Amino acid sequence: MRDARGEVKRPIGLRLWLSGGWLALLVLAALCAPLIAPNDPLMQDLFLGRMPPFWMDGAEPGFWLGTDSLGRDVLSRILYGARLALIVALVAGTLTCLVGATLGLIAGYYRGWPDRIISRFVDIWMAFPPVLFAILLIAVLGPGLMSIIIAIVVIDWTRFARVIRAEAMTQGAMDYVASAQVAGRTRFGTMLTEILPNVLPTIVALLTLEMGVAVIVEAILSFVNLSISTDSPTWGGMIAEGRTSVHQAWWVLVFPLITLFLTVLSFSQLGEGLKDRFDPVLR
Amino acid sequence: MTLLRNILIRLLTTAITLFGVAVIVFVVIRVVPGNPIAMMLPPGATDADIERLQAQYGFDKSIFEQFVIWLGGVMQGDFGTSISLRQPVADLVLGRLPATLELSIFALVIAVLIGGALALLGTLYRDTKGEAAVDVSAGMALSVPDFLWGLVLILLFGVLWPVFHISGRISPSLNIDFTTNFYMFESLIRLRFDVWADLVAHMFMPALALAIPLAAIIAQLLKQSLKETMHLDYVTLARTKGYGENHVITREALPNAILPTLTLVGVQFTFLIGGTVIIERLFSYEGLGNMAIDAVINRDLPLIQGIVILFALLFTLVNLVVDMLYVVLNPKLRHA
Amino acid sequence: MSGYLSIRNLTVRLKGGAMILRDVSLTVRAGQVHGLVGESGAGKSMIGKAVLGTLPRALEVVSGQIILDGTDLQTLDPKERRRRIGASAALIPQDPLTALNPSKRIGPQITRRLVDILGWPKIAAEARALELLEEVHIPDPARVMRSYPHELSGGMRQRILIASAFAAEPKLIIADEPTTALDVTVQKQILRLISEMQSRHDTALLFVTHDLGVVSKVCDTLSVLYAGKVVEEANMHRFFMRPIHPYSAALLAATPTYTDPTGSLTPVPQTVIDGVEREVAEHDMRAAP
Repeated sequence: MRDARGEVKRPIGLRLWLSGGWLALLVLAALCAPLIAPNDPLMQDLFLGRMPPFWMDGAEPGFWLGTDSLGRDVLSRILYGARLALIVALVAGTLTCLVGATLGLIAGYYRGWPDRIISRFVDIWMAFPPVLFAILLIAVLGPGLMSIIIAIVVIDWTRFARVIRAEAMTQGAMDYVASAQVAGRTRFGTMLTEILPNVLPTIVALLTLEMGVAVIVEAILSFVNLSISTDSPTWGGMIAEGRTSVHQAWWVLVFPLITLFLTVLSFSQLGEGLKDRFDPVLR
Repeated sequence: MTLLRNILIRLLTTAITLFGVAVIVFVVIRVVPGNPIAMMLPPGATDADIERLQAQYGFDKSIFEQFVIWLGGVMQGDFGTSISLRQPVADLVLGRLPATLELSIFALVIAVLIGGALALLGTLYRDTKGEAAVDVSAGMALSVPDFLWGLVLILLFGVLWPVFHISGRISPSLNIDFTTNFYMFESLIRLRFDVWADLVAHMFMPALALAIPLAAIIAQLLKQSLKETMHLDYVTLARTKGYGENHVITREALPNAILPTLTLVGVQFTFLIGGTVIIERLFSYEGLGNMAIDAVINRDLPLIQGIVILFALLFTLVNLVVDMLYVVLNPKLRHA
Repeated sequence: MSGYLSIRNLTVRLKGGAMILRDVSLTVRAGQVHGLVGESGAGKSMIGKAVLGTLPRALEVVSGQIILDGTDLQTLDPKERRRRIGASAALIPQDPLTALNPSKRIGPQITRRLVDILGWPKIAAEARALELLEEVHIPDPARVMRSYPHELSGGMRQRILIASAFAAEPKLIIADEPTTALDVTVQKQILRLISEMQSRHDTALLFVTHDLGVVSKVCDTLSVLYAGKVVEEANMHRFFMRPIHPYSAALLAATPTYTDPTGSLTPVPQTVIDGVEREVAEHDMRAAP
């Protein structure tokens, strides 16, 4: 579609494959966690506390990536943590997308007072520091998976609403929309059949980005100790613990951090790649 | 006349936004189950004690009444009293604000320097591998949020090669009495460069973590804007006058390329300030964000309200400053 | 035939691709005006850009010499080349609306190069700029010096660009379609102004245009360019009397004349175009290894 875009296409393809591959691996790991995890992620053994990973002196066989201060197996906890991370990514991402994109479509296409109300709310939301807002909501709702999902939806719907509103406005001003209405389609019908398909690529790209954001929000909430109950393993919780003992046992921080880093990077690169591939309008 | 009108509309929308933020915080934190007063009393406290304290903080009234009382206080600069720290919220919050401001501005400076340098390099080496390298690194930097960059930096420069401090704002061993809470600013004024260096060694990593995503955005936007400008006739004309590539990019193209970048950087800077909440926690930096998280965990309602309102005010202020800068830097608006 | 600017067998192409200029040779003598005529896309602007060293990055000079005042510019290192161009040549650009930097005042845009590149004292440069603005008939030059480009009309800006081009007393000026972007009424004034400035400062002028009518008014000699190839080089008198190349003749016939405004427009006949295309193709065949 674009001039001189030809050479840039190939690295995007590579990026898509790499990030897609990592995420597929992660899904597999999460699904098969009980089968492939070498140890019980919750089993504590103070005699096995802070064992280093397998290639270092003093490593305990069977604990490939070492253990934390309570003797829990780091690898098993990462594998089980992937389950929670992916559930949050999928559910919270999708719900945020539904709420935000719907409001954005309505605001951008109907304009008038629905737009004024929705945009005013977006403005108010933009004046909140998102992390603080999330922590506040969790404090109110109480810890737990549902609370995290609700918090993410409540905080991040504006990301979709803002972008989709702008897109729907651009599309709504185009001639093909006017001709659809002249042909006797209702406004609501036009929105679904003419506007929605044209903003769908953007929605899909944003959804992918949002999944990465959801994983991060969960990790941040775990980090400030406000996520799920303390005994189910989460990457954020592991990172919080690893942060305090980073000088004694770096591996407790490093391995979940690498996992989280790659996951967030993959979601984001996948989203960017999809955006570049599907959408000639967004740069 | 239109200018005055615009300013009035601007002030009005700002007021509505702040009011909305206040209402939402007020309602959200008051549907919390669990009694904030009960938490601060010793186990043996009687119901009468609790009631007395609740009356003192106004929690026995309806949410609407509480809001009106609180708003009345705010109008006179009284944000109430912190439950957990038992000091006026205004004092606490203003005491912490300088730390967060210094961190944010330091981060902004780093972001502008790194992002600007990358954009200039990318323009200088445009359509070569050099530009591709800038694109790829900016894309990476943007994909990962400040929280993760903070953790990566802790590992790199706190553990692997420990050159910077990973927690706090200043070394406790340093004996200096500050009269303001703008430590960096004050240490410079008092020519205490040893203290200043210590502050930088503490602030560098959190600031860099905050700066990395913003630097990436600046690099991308400014480079694109510069490249578009480089095609224009006045740039070509400057070349024929005998100026070299460096001069052409920095003197002819840059002043015009900055404007489109500026507005977006303003919005992004508010995101950066929002990011201080978790970054301050990560680096145990004693700023507003760190205090906010403690306030939430302690259910300190008056303090939470105060901090959130202050953040919202800060965000709107940043947007206002950016708009003013835009007018100052744009000759078309300045002379109109 | 030698002149202030001599281009010898200049060949330019898209890097690894199509030919843009094919074996172009032309001469501009000191103090004379040489017209460079061709349809849009013939590559006439690229000749000016090649001389000034502002070819787009995607283009490269394959072979040929650009001799300015006895020195082949192609043999100089980029810095020295830039310096020499800056000191002895100048450009009057096509579009006055984009050729002035919108974020700078007019004054510095004229004086900076005198100070930066030629080492003039600032006061002398400012005096010079004022004098030049008066020469190009700008009212209240002191006020204009303090203005930003967006505060001035297109005609004013083109006058400023002309003044700026003459600021360093260059021996050569390249005018790249200097009137195309202007209103018809302004066009004539600007054309007269360029002529007037050229003869007063005794500058060699390479006048790039698609308009033979304009050429007939200002030029002493001309080259006709088609598809990157010079098909005819002649002095004006001979050219209008007796064009040699069939394409030149057709182009001349297709130009509405001011003497006979009622005369109908004649398009360049297809047979002539086919003929030139064949010549160009033959040239490329010879050039190919």
